Amino acid sequence: MIWSPKYETMPRKDLERLQLERLKAQVARLNEKVPFYRQAFLDKGITPASIRSLADVARLPFTAKHDFRDNYPFGLLAVPHDEVVRIHASSGTTGKPVVAPYTSGDIEMWTEVMARTLTSAGMSKMDIMQNAYGYGLFTGGLGFHYGGERVGAAVIPTSTGNTKRQLMLIQDLGTTVITCTPNYALIIAETALEIGLDLKSTRLRLGVLGAEPWSERMRAEIEAKLPIKAIDIYGLTEIVGPGVSVECPHQCGMHIFEDHFLAEIVDPRTGEQLPYGEKGELVLTTLTKEALPVIRFRTKDITSLDPSPCKCGRTLVRMSKVTGRTDDMLIVRGINVFPSQIESVLLEVEGVEPHYQIIVDREHHLDELEIWVEVSEAVFSDEMRKLESLEKRVRKELESVLGISPRIKLVEPKSLARTEGKAKRVIDRREL
Amino acid sequence: MKARQVSVFVENQPGRLVAMLEALQTRNIDIRALSVADNADFGIVRMILSDTRLGADVLREAGFTVKETTVLQKDMPDRPGGLLETVARPLSEAGINLEYFYAFLDPAPGKATIVIKVADPERAERVLGP
Repeated sequence: MIWSPKYETMPRKDLERLQLERLKAQVARLNEKVPFYRQAFLDKGITPASIRSLADVARLPFTAKHDFRDNYPFGLLAVPHDEVVRIHASSGTTGKPVVAPYTSGDIEMWTEVMARTLTSAGMSKMDIMQNAYGYGLFTGGLGFHYGGERVGAAVIPTSTGNTKRQLMLIQDLGTTVITCTPNYALIIAETALEIGLDLKSTRLRLGVLGAEPWSERMRAEIEAKLPIKAIDIYGLTEIVGPGVSVECPHQCGMHIFEDHFLAEIVDPRTGEQLPYGEKGELVLTTLTKEALPVIRFRTKDITSLDPSPCKCGRTLVRMSKVTGRTDDMLIVRGINVFPSQIESVLLEVEGVEPHYQIIVDREHHLDELEIWVEVSEAVFSDEMRKLESLEKRVRKELESVLGISPRIKLVEPKSLARTEGKAKRVIDRREL
Repeated sequence: MKARQVSVFVENQPGRLVAMLEALQTRNIDIRALSVADNADFGIVRMILSDTRLGADVLREAGFTVKETTVLQKDMPDRPGGLLETVARPLSEAGINLEYFYAFLDPAPGKATIVIKVADPERAERVLGP
């Protein structure tokens, strides 16, 4: 099912014409209303009239996360305060939060893209949607809530947490769709197991999951433990919240709602635009946002774009699953290396624990990549040659993925640092 | 004769061997035989213990990666040609490859014992006799 066939299946020529028209208007408005952008355009020698084709987007300045912080809280606001009807904010774990004001027009646009998102995932007005995304400053809860109501489903605003109550409501109210983070979906599955509830006996059939990166392996785990098809969504506070892109039932990448968000891929080091198909940093420009329009936001998310026709009929470009963050990117001998690439290789090599540490060193002016892998009982052998062939297999796999040959060192389990939050996977000893 | 062996993954780092031995000592477990295979980063310590099950558990509790494997333990005469005639030649003639082995002297004079790891311990046992 497609919520807005007019826009979601628009011929790409028409879509590009619409994008250009909206981009021009956006640049003109920002030039007039937001001093930060006026200055940034001036620095680049850009006038609104100089935007003549979509290719001109590459001439526009980037917006980075720190620009939100530097202009905290309302420096980037493009409308008078009395037009703001809601304010969300990011968690602000890395400093001041990103403040995201919305006009009523923005809420309408957001509701529309969320209705498209949920419809694409396979939800309809016949469904009962339990929304276990956090309600509050976080955009997830209310974004899904409004989208669910627009589709016409019955929305249960449980918010996240209190998992036993979530399970009771799933049973008693006949929930068919669960919306939450992939990690929370697994917590729900584990709690069901604990209390002896067979989720297959419920009406649950669909999960719309996102707000954190997750792998195909995690999808397989979720779909094995919960009776749902797990659909991936993408969004971010700086752009609109959830609703930027979503998978269709073919699960071959997430369609970006390009009539509202203009997407590019750039080389994270040089900022140069990359062609379709190449992996790089996703850069997004909002085309219709009123309160907080953003030009060329550097998402730091690594993905690639595919504009080829999709079986679902949507003409919208598809972004691949986010495979890493530019924050984590290492440059080793001039090659971009993402810890997530290493992790996925280790997961594929049967039995190897995903606990690893990446050490980068420089010896004789040459970067050396060393990967420490914890040896689990599953892979431990009392025969030296079997352990050495394991090292060799991991090295070869990594070499084919990364393009450089790392040194593999097998270490004792639990010998690598464990932290409460994000594991520190990389130790860079190079003195540059 | 079949025997159970405990193998431990030990990083080449000061203190790791001590930690392993202390764990065994605290539970009064005796090491009957021991060998180490090592490379630059780690070693595989293989042991025949007075109590295999307890020894393996104690080492796991101490955080080590442990594997229990079935090996062959074979007595042989401690004299020139003893290893050759009792073990090496019969296995070679039967086309059985040794993964690894280690030997030690028995307290009883004139006797030694060899611990053998092969892919097919059943067949090796038939070849070597009791």
